This record gives sequence, C-alpha cells and structure tokens, in this order.
Amino acid sequence: MSLGDVKMGSIIKINEIRDLSTKSHLIRFGIEEGTEVQCFQKIYKGPVVIKFNRQEIALGHELAKNILVSI
Amino acid sequence: MHTHHHNSSLNNEIDFKNNRKIVLVGNPNVGKSIFFGHFSKQYTNVSNYAGTTIDIHYGKWRDNVIIDTPGIYSVSSYNDEEKVARDVVLEADIIINIVDAVRLERDLFLTQQLIDMGKPIVVALNFMDEAEKNGLEIDVNLLSKELGVIVIPTVARLGKGFKELDDLILKARSGIRSNELKERINEILNVTKSEANALLILEGDPEITNRFNIGILSDKDNIYLKRREKVNHTVSLVVKELDKRTTFSVRIGKWSIEPVKGTLILILVLYLLYLVIGQLIARDLVGLTEGELMSKHWNPLVQRTIGSLTLDNNSYKDFQNINNSLLLAEKEYIKAKIEKNSVVIGELRNRIKVFKDKIRDFEKSNPVFTILAGRFGLLTMTITYIIGLLLPLVIGFYFMLALLEDSGYLPRLATLVDSLLMKIGLNGRAVIPLILGFGCVTLGTISTRLLTTSREKRIATTILNFTIPCSAQLGVITVMLIGRGDNPGVSKGYIILFVGVLFGVFIFIGTLLNKILPGKTHPLLIDLPPMRIPKLKNILLKIVNRTYFFMKEASPWFFIGAFVITILQVTGGLEIWESSWSVITENWLKLPRETSTAFIMGMIRRDFGAAGLMSLDDPFQIVVSLLVITLFVPCIASFMILLKERGIKEGLLVWVGALGFSFLIGGIVAQIGSIF
Repeated sequence: MSLGDVKMGSIIKINEIRDLSTKSHLIRFGIEEGTEVQCFQKIYKGPVVIKFNRQEIALGHELAKNILVSI
Repeated sequence: MHTHHHNSSLNNEIDFKNNRKIVLVGNPNVGKSIFFGHFSKQYTNVSNYAGTTIDIHYGKWRDNVIIDTPGIYSVSSYNDEEKVARDVVLEADIIINIVDAVRLERDLFLTQQLIDMGKPIVVALNFMDEAEKNGLEIDVNLLSKELGVIVIPTVARLGKGFKELDDLILKARSGIRSNELKERINEILNVTKSEANALLILEGDPEITNRFNIGILSDKDNIYLKRREKVNHTVSLVVKELDKRTTFSVRIGKWSIEPVKGTLILILVLYLLYLVIGQLIARDLVGLTEGELMSKHWNPLVQRTIGSLTLDNNSYKDFQNINNSLLLAEKEYIKAKIEKNSVVIGELRNRIKVFKDKIRDFEKSNPVFTILAGRFGLLTMTITYIIGLLLPLVIGFYFMLALLEDSGYLPRLATLVDSLLMKIGLNGRAVIPLILGFGCVTLGTISTRLLTTSREKRIATTILNFTIPCSAQLGVITVMLIGRGDNPGVSKGYIILFVGVLFGVFIFIGTLLNKILPGKTHPLLIDLPPMRIPKLKNILLKIVNRTYFFMKEASPWFFIGAFVITILQVTGGLEIWESSWSVITENWLKLPRETSTAFIMGMIRRDFGAAGLMSLDDPFQIVVSLLVITLFVPCIASFMILLKERGIKEGLLVWVGALGFSFLIGGIVAQIGSIF
C-alpha cells in the first residue's frame, strides 16, 4: 500500500520511494527506504504529515501515493 | 562567481578579496540570524543575490568577512535559495555550521556534506536547552570525535556558548571523511581546482558540472546513501533519548493542520491580519499618512512651490480657485445625493463637468506644472502613493508575514490549504503570494519567485493580476458595498453577487490554466519547523530588509507610470482614450458615460479607479462597475513588475487578457441584469 492509504497515527515502514528527486530530498531528513515513521496527520485528499524522531514533514498527496509502505 | 551587489561605501570597510571569508551555514530555523547578529556588530549590510529575492547578509568580524546564507538541508541546487547558499559556501574559507541539537539526524547530513567538501568547519550545536526539554542527552565530545571537527554547545537565544565560539573559530579544521570519497575527489581535483567543486560534481550538481565542462556521471544516490548511513551511525552513538515527551508547541502545531481546529486557527489568523492590516494600517495609519500628511500638507506645499516657480501669479490663483470650487461642488453633490434632490444633482453634475474641463485646459497649457505637481504629478501623486500609502502597507504586510514565518505557522498553513490550491494548479506554498496580493498585488507578484516551477509562477501571477483586489482597492470597495459615513452601501444580495462572481472567476481562471498549461504542478514537500514565539529583533530585521528591497524595486515604476500618464494628460491623449471607451461603458456595461474615466484611473492606481465610481447610486450598477474594476488590469506598478517577472510577451498577454475579461464578465452580469 502507499503512504496515501495510511491511517492517522499508525507507525509504518517505508518500502519504496518511487520518485528519485523525492528520494534524495527525503534522505536529507533521514528518511529512506527501510525507515520507520509515524503518520502524524492526514488531510483528506491532501498532504500526509509524517513524523520521524522530532521532525514533521508534509508530503503532498501525489508524492504520498508514490511512496510504498507497510505496517 | 561573485554576484553580490555591494554597497560601494561598505566595500571600503569590507575587503572581500583579501580577508578571510567566514560563512554561516545551517538548516532552516536553526537560529542562524542570532549568530550572525553576534558576529557582525561592527558593519553589516544586506545585498540581494542577482536575479533572486534572496537576501545575503554580510558583515565584519575582527579582520574577517562574515556572511550569512539562507537555510538549506544540503548543498545542492533544488531552488534559488540553495543555489545562492551553494555559491557562497564554495567561496568560504571557514564555515560555522549551526546545528539543531533536537534534529541531529537531519542537520548532521549537511554537516557531513560540508566535511566531505573538505572545508574547515566549526560546529555550533544550538538549542541545547530545547534538546534537554525534549529529553535528549548528547555526548558533545564524542560527536566532535566522530566528525573530526570542533563542536561547541550553544543556546543562541541566551548568548550561551558565544565566547567559546569566538575563541575557537579560527581553529576550524577539516573533518573526517571516507577514504573512498577522498580518492574520488582527488581523481578530478586537477580539473575542479577545489575539493568542494569536485564533491558537487560527483553529486551531479548540474550547474557546477557545466562550469567545469567535465564528463562525469552523477553518483548522487550512492553518495547520499553512504552519508546517511554515517550520520545515522553517529547519531546512534552520541544521542540518548531519556524519555519521549510531547511539548505544548508540538500540540499547537498539530492542531493547526487538523481540518477543524486548523480552520478555526486560520480564521483567527485571518481576523488578526484584517485587524492589523485592514483596520490599523490601511484605515487608521494610511488615513494619517495619506489623508492628512500628504494630501493636506505635502501636496499643497509642492503645488505652491512648483506653482511659484513655473506659473505666473494669476494662473496659479486660477488653478487654486478651480480646484477649490471643484472640491466644493463634489461635496455638495454627495449631500444632494443623500437628500435625493434630483434637480440639484443634475445641476451639480454639469457644474462639476465645467470645472473638470477647466482643469484640463489648465493642465494642457501648463505642462511642467502638471507633470510635477498636477493630479498625477511626479511629486504629488507618486510621492503620496509611495510614502503615504504603499510604505505603511508594505511594512504592515511584512510585519505580519515575518510573524507568521518565524512562528512556524506558514508551512502548516501551506499544508492545510495544499489540496485546495492543487485544484487550481498551485501547491500549498502559493498561499504566501496570494495572501500578500491582498496587501499589494505588486508585492504578491514579486513573491511568486518562491514558487518552484515556471508553470506555478505563471498561474499565480495571472490569478493575482486578474482577480485579487489589493488592500487600497478593498478599502474603497468595502465602503461602496457596506457603506460608511455619507455612503449608503448596497443590500446583502448585491454583496453576495459581487463576492460570488469574483470567487467564481478566481476558481475558473485557476482551473482553466491548470488544464491548458502543459506540465504538472509540483507536489508539496516541506519540513514543518517547530512552533516558536517569534523574536522581535529578528522580525524588525526582516521588515527593514524586505521593505527596503521592495521599495527600491517598485518605486521607479511608479514614477515612470505617472510620467506616461501626465504626458498623455498634457497632450490631450487621455481625453481621446476616454471618449473611445464610452461605447463599451454605455452600451455593453450599462453604466453612465463618466465611469470610463474611473476605468482609466484604475490603470494607474486601482483604488483611484474604484474611488471614481463613488458617484454611482444604482446598486446594480455599483456591483457591475466594482466587478469590472476589480477584474481590471493591474495598476501601473504591478504591470511593470509583471513585465519584469514574466517577460514582455506574457506580461502583455495577462494585461490584455485582464482588460478583455473584466469587460466580458462585467458585461455578462450587466446584460443578464438588464433582462430582469
């Protein structure tokens, strides 16, 4: 499933970041394939905010759909 | 590549060539500006990096030049801020890397990259107090050992650690990097001259690669992954999480992106914006600066002085007489309108017309006076506009923007409205130019530079210049719709009609552009900084720098615009233009002939245009005319900035488009209305 389908509050593992530019953006924050993050906030058909350690990062709907995760 | 614009007097004080350059580098929101303030007590200046809105602050510390850079997550070239920071970093002799102790996983990525560049570094580990509040214990000595550079714990807000930093800066040294990377850098060092350039080329930075014309494939993914591995390893060694806590600021931050609570917070913020900018500044302060200071003191002074220099005594007296009679007649006209005395109204209309014709004759026969001190004069209207109206508004807007920025709210607002803006081809970041546009469309247009792609900039500038009324205009519109003092206003139904049509047009244009423009909108990807209470000193610094930059950029265009208009005025071109419009005004828009004058005015200054409609009394006509003037072409200053930002072809297209569209929409509403 993708990050866009995740329920708010759940802890997930990032399996694949399909978009290369997103991948190198996120790696700077410490988020890469294999990282566990929390779905901190989710706006209907809007961005997903993930929490990783003490960072919050908002990812637009389109980006979230292209990040594959598992619970 | 030196692209700074230096202040020439400052260049004597700061020698960029012969002095050591110490550069402050860090992620966004790590308190860099406080460090800069500490180091640059002697001389500071701001320059704008060529072709960007990005401020570079530089100053003098002991015998060194100290340079601040925009906050970045890595040295790369995703956007203008990163490119500017990258170029400054490449020139650095020593780097002070400021690191957020609470977010080491993120910040050390940049630190390690700077180390990989081979630059001498000192790390300032800031927010040590917040780290403690968050239940973190950091082994500073071990961190220093792992990185191979000096690490100094600081609490910048309280000035803690600054003394140690002062003493140790010049002891900065290169840190530890992997042998493999070092070898690869050495392989191309003879071409790239510096290790920093070599690293960026290995990371595939397109601009740096072009500069050296070197055929090397990017190995960014691999280098980034290895760097990430090392940083994670370091963090796992030096950070101990004693307990997990949720601080109050985290909770507020979470609320502001929740649909219900977030909307409530947004309404509160917008109300605050309205109070400060709409009431306190646009009404009260501008009432003082424009209404009192400029109109009652400055303009008469200018007219008297210029009059005594360019006119003989009699013609100046004539001018004053006509002017005073016109003002008096206009006052009586409003009174008659309230009393609904139709006989007097008709008579006064004629009288006003006679006076206006006389003024026009005067203007044509006294061109020098008209250009300098006439109705649209360079010293009268232009100065009034810039000092009396624009300056207070811009300061007010930048004040609120700085508050919103420094509190950490803006990225959350961008997140909250992202899905709505995606529908019109923009992402959440566009909320900033759109909000600024309500203050001043020129300001909004300039700030579209912070959007990522040309497509987004195009959509945002078009929407701004088509549909967003600026605060000066909003003031007049509000009075005409809601009524105040002498003005009765219109009923609720008409207000809803006005707002509804405008909003519909906003959605329509956005959706249309989103459909027809090629490409896709970049989805949002932003880091939400912690919510913090803004620091006054920082806010003031931002206001001063930005206001200065904006005024410097926009003011010349007001003078040029006013000059063009006054030339039309003294040559009679203005009248020809006005009369050629009356067909559209009367037949298509069903408005009285004189309203075309208001539209001409609207090209110069939007609120002038709207104010020129004050004499209308039919509520339906009021709505139609306000719709036209709101959708109308941008004011002369906005138009100039539009041309500058989007190029002549696109700028003209937007201008002509807005002109046609405003008449189209106004006309459709008028024609439908005339059926009933």
